[in-house]
Amino acid sequence: MNRRVLRRLASNIMVGLMVAAVVVAVIPLVLILTDLAVKGASSLSWDFFTKMPVPAGETGGGVANAIVGTLIIVGTASLIGVPVGVGAGIYCAEYPASRLTWLTRFVADVLNGTPSIVVGVFAWTWIVAHQKHFSALAGSVALAMLMIPMVMRTTEEMIKLVPNSLREAALALGYPRWRTSLSVVVRTTMPGIVTGTLLAVARIAGETAPLLFTALGSQYLSFRLNQPMAALPLTVFTYATGPYEEWHRYAWAAALVLIFVVFVLGIGARLAIGRSQISSG
Amino acid sequence: MTTAASPAPAHAGPSRPRISPSLQGAAYGDRAFKFVLTAAALLIPILLGFLVWELWQGSRLAIAKFGLDFVRTSVWDPVADQFGAFPLIFGTLLSSFLALLIAVPLSLGVAIYLTEFAPKFLRQPVAFVIGLLAAIPSVVYGLWGIFVLIPVLRKTAFPVLRDLLDFLPFFKGPIYGPSMLAASIILAIMVMPYVMSVSREVLLAVPNSQREAALALGATRWEAVITAVVPYARSGIIGAVILGLGRALGETMAVTMLIGNRHEIAASLFAPGYTMAAAIANEFSEAATAMHFSALAYVAFVLFVLTVVVNAGARLLIWQVARGSAVGSKAL
Repeated sequence: MNRRVLRRLASNIMVGLMVAAVVVAVIPLVLILTDLAVKGASSLSWDFFTKMPVPAGETGGGVANAIVGTLIIVGTASLIGVPVGVGAGIYCAEYPASRLTWLTRFVADVLNGTPSIVVGVFAWTWIVAHQKHFSALAGSVALAMLMIPMVMRTTEEMIKLVPNSLREAALALGYPRWRTSLSVVVRTTMPGIVTGTLLAVARIAGETAPLLFTALGSQYLSFRLNQPMAALPLTVFTYATGPYEEWHRYAWAAALVLIFVVFVLGIGARLAIGRSQISSG
Repeated sequence: MTTAASPAPAHAGPSRPRISPSLQGAAYGDRAFKFVLTAAALLIPILLGFLVWELWQGSRLAIAKFGLDFVRTSVWDPVADQFGAFPLIFGTLLSSFLALLIAVPLSLGVAIYLTEFAPKFLRQPVAFVIGLLAAIPSVVYGLWGIFVLIPVLRKTAFPVLRDLLDFLPFFKGPIYGPSMLAASIILAIMVMPYVMSVSREVLLAVPNSQREAALALGATRWEAVITAVVPYARSGIIGAVILGLGRALGETMAVTMLIGNRHEIAASLFAPGYTMAAAIANEFSEAATAMHFSALAYVAFVLFVLTVVVNAGARLLIWQVARGSAVGSKAL
């Protein structure tokens, strides 16, 4: 009798500890988001989005060049990464018995676990070292490499969900395989592929490490891919580790903008796929 | 009627033996389609091979000069072109270990609570909210760590730890802001969502009969979890932890901003340290000599090998537990 009470007590204590774990796990998120909102919002202004940075020590200015730079770098990375990722994903799903499928899947897993800083070093030795100057393109290539395995795996998983009867129906109607794949299978999974792509874009938009010695950052507005270019994550890093009070305020504001972009992309991704599969994100 | 009609098409078939042009076109289309897809799929292994090759090429100079002693020696002197990465490797392993020490109990607690105990309406939302932590960019963690976490730790947790545990060498000495401990705490927050979501997937894959059997034998709900559910998912959970380790090893920005960046090994966790990723991030764009570049590329190479080994181990374990159901692989 006594033992039963003790056992039940132990059970309840453990459940209590687990509830505490949930609370402790949620606290950092709440703190980070409120700090960002409070400290970041106070430094946001119209100038912040439209003006160039001013020399250190002066007040005013903005991070327009970094916002434009992030759009260009991430856009270019997506142009490289999405077609390769989607293509490889379709290959792996449509030819599951192929040996290449096994290899590609395995390598994508390896790439997925590769630290982004290592990919940055690779982009440096491959592109920057040969060109002898920093370039936004090298940054985009590094980001694309981080993006490809993510896009590939979601594409593959999504296509695998398509029932075979749909394929058979299309083939029975006389569609060749490629049209079956493109206009029946891929089209059915389009929302899923869009979701995977948006999530991957959200991931790389905040990446800093691969850009440190590829895109490098810049004080000026630049549209040239073979030149150094500013990017929001780099701005956050430089301003946060810099010595000026004014810079710190800008770092918070830039971080708020960054996280806003990341979350909007994430929410867009979830909307694209609809409510039924929220859990699989 | 129907039996009379059916022979007609059967006779029509053999009367047109040639493959129609549209079918031939389809065959070409199929071939072109497969070619494009194969190219995309092939590109990924080629890229990885290229990455390994470039890292090897980049670090050739340092490998030739230092060999394997590189990972055992501790001198890091760019002026004299002497490099040894032991403090970096040590710092990487120690910060990741400390991060897991904090993150694993928390994430397992959350994962078990969410799969076994939480009311149904709480499960999805809480998992989603904690998953949001994984979406926050590393550099934002660094920013928050510098301006919020470190000042708070310096004022509250660090002095308390020092007073309570000063008999241990880990909690002695002056309290710096940026330190091994601060970096480990931010790392713990960052890897927690990964460990949590993978172990949750693994726990969800445990068949209900396991729970029911334990409960039927008179176990309390906690006893059912600890005796029947967790052991069943053990290798998957270990896989989740190792996967978290893989994340922690390669994490760069937040660690760079919080660890203090000093090429030394200190006993005290309040002292600054360094990690492989942080050293690359800090020094690569400022390296002056070819040997310095090469040494940093060598560090990147070692880091790459380390994460590949760790991730491969994690995946093997998760595949093992999820074989057939593919639940584990989906979480990755």
